[in-house]
Amino acid sequence: MSDPRELYQQVILEHNKKPRNFGTLEACTHHAEGHNPLCGDELDLTLIVENGLVQDIKFKGSGCAIDVASASLMTGAVKGRPVAEAEAMAEQFRGMVRGELEPGTQTPLLGKLTLFSGVKDLPSRVKCAVLPWATLHAALKGEAEASTE
Amino acid sequence: MSTLLQPLDVTAIRKDFPLLSRVLNGKPVVYLDSAVSGQMPLPVIERMVKYERDEHTNVHRGVSTLSQQATDFYEAAREKVRKFIGAGSSKEIVWTRGTTEAINLVAQTYGRRNVQAGDEILLSAMEHHANIVPWQMLAEEKGATLKVIPMTDDGELILESLDELITHRTKLLGVVHVSNVLGTVNPVKAIIAKAHARGVPVLVDGAQAVPHLQVDMRDLDADFYVFSGHKLSGPTGIGVLYGKLELLEAMPPWHGGGSMIRNVTWAKTTYLGAPGKFEAGTPPIAAAIGLGAALDYITELGLTRIAAYEHELLVYATKRLEGIPGLRILGTAKEKASVISFVVEGIHPHDMGSLLDGEGVVVRAGHHCAQPVMARFNVPATTRASFAYFNTREEVDVLVSAVIKAIELFK
Repeated sequence: MSDPRELYQQVILEHNKKPRNFGTLEACTHHAEGHNPLCGDELDLTLIVENGLVQDIKFKGSGCAIDVASASLMTGAVKGRPVAEAEAMAEQFRGMVRGELEPGTQTPLLGKLTLFSGVKDLPSRVKCAVLPWATLHAALKGEAEASTE
Repeated sequence: MSTLLQPLDVTAIRKDFPLLSRVLNGKPVVYLDSAVSGQMPLPVIERMVKYERDEHTNVHRGVSTLSQQATDFYEAAREKVRKFIGAGSSKEIVWTRGTTEAINLVAQTYGRRNVQAGDEILLSAMEHHANIVPWQMLAEEKGATLKVIPMTDDGELILESLDELITHRTKLLGVVHVSNVLGTVNPVKAIIAKAHARGVPVLVDGAQAVPHLQVDMRDLDADFYVFSGHKLSGPTGIGVLYGKLELLEAMPPWHGGGSMIRNVTWAKTTYLGAPGKFEAGTPPIAAAIGLGAALDYITELGLTRIAAYEHELLVYATKRLEGIPGLRILGTAKEKASVISFVVEGIHPHDMGSLLDGEGVVVRAGHHCAQPVMARFNVPATTRASFAYFNTREEVDVLVSAVIKAIELFK
């Protein structure tokens, strides 16, 4: 396993300290809650989807730096994108942090989110990184809850 | 008293634990996680290997010399446990898979028989899930309720509340001897005396206590006392339920099967007395013998010396950690075992755990199977370092440096 400090890069630490898109969209069209029973991470995700596009997205919750930074970067990355593309990103992200997809070449939609690829070396933390994406997937599918159990 | 004056030879002790000289992630392992699972010294491992290599068969079976020998070793281990905890009879020592199974056994036999709708089970606010969930399941089944003995912000039980909390409906009081999160050593003898004065039996979860302090069943007067082998320098898969003989004899059996019967016909089965009637099937024989060897090892070192040494480490580690700005220790009871839970402002315990891991420091980060304790202190989780007799002040220093390094990274 590599040094966990490699994962805790400035971008992740900075997003943890000042998460973007933090809050709740009152007039949301989609909503889901995510739980990571192992860590106790909790995430509340609200979206406004119109004409097949993620018009707006916000999250609220408490968790570790990996979880919060992942949620912060995810909301920024999917905002304004077609729903189908957001779903594809979720797939690529999941594959990348599980070590099934090569970051970059096999995850063309993820862009700078490849900085989470180091999570694959910290198996106990994969669920933290995935929780926001699992919650997004649940919200888009119309499910109320997502769990990384 | 001469053993007291002679401190533990920790350098020599460490040679019995090969894992302590391992290198992980390029860093020497600093194992500060004995509250999760203690390390086994070589004599324990070797005793188990010897059993599996040269002595393996089943116990309480047939007339072969091998079987008789295995039975003797296995029963000798039970006797070692009896002596170790000062029980009156080895019939009061029931083998289980661990603390959790021991509590479930009591809940499903004693509890099922004695708890009825409207009754109450009284538990302390600092219980491990193992001493909550089995009672909650029983309460749901029976229509009984759980009541909770509160604790102070220091992590000490508020014993004055007992007078009110114990009612004529209280059927059992369950209390942890040493909190796995806070390190608090609860005054179980006083609690037991109070409960007994009101006619309430007491189950003590001793999982975190027996590795650190001498217990004596006849002195404590606990009705049930439970613990695990693997926190006591022994293997996983073996644990102990101590129960007063008259209680065990009156309890129905739990699991049915071979080994626990006196006679079986299609019409009816009669059961063995305690402890046999609670031990259906083939037990973990090597693990029981291994636990016996672990008790020999600890007895040889001396629990008094172990306790004195660990207390020194606790005081040193507390002082050093307290000096770190932004770090808060949870559990500041007057009487503590060598367990320190802490949180650091702005750093989630899981991040802290991963970063310490990168420095070779093995700790537990999480809710420690004690979510109600987390809720009581309003934290999602904590980082916990726990110290054993093989740890050193230098290892405490490594922990402190690693914590400071993590804090600097998050600045």
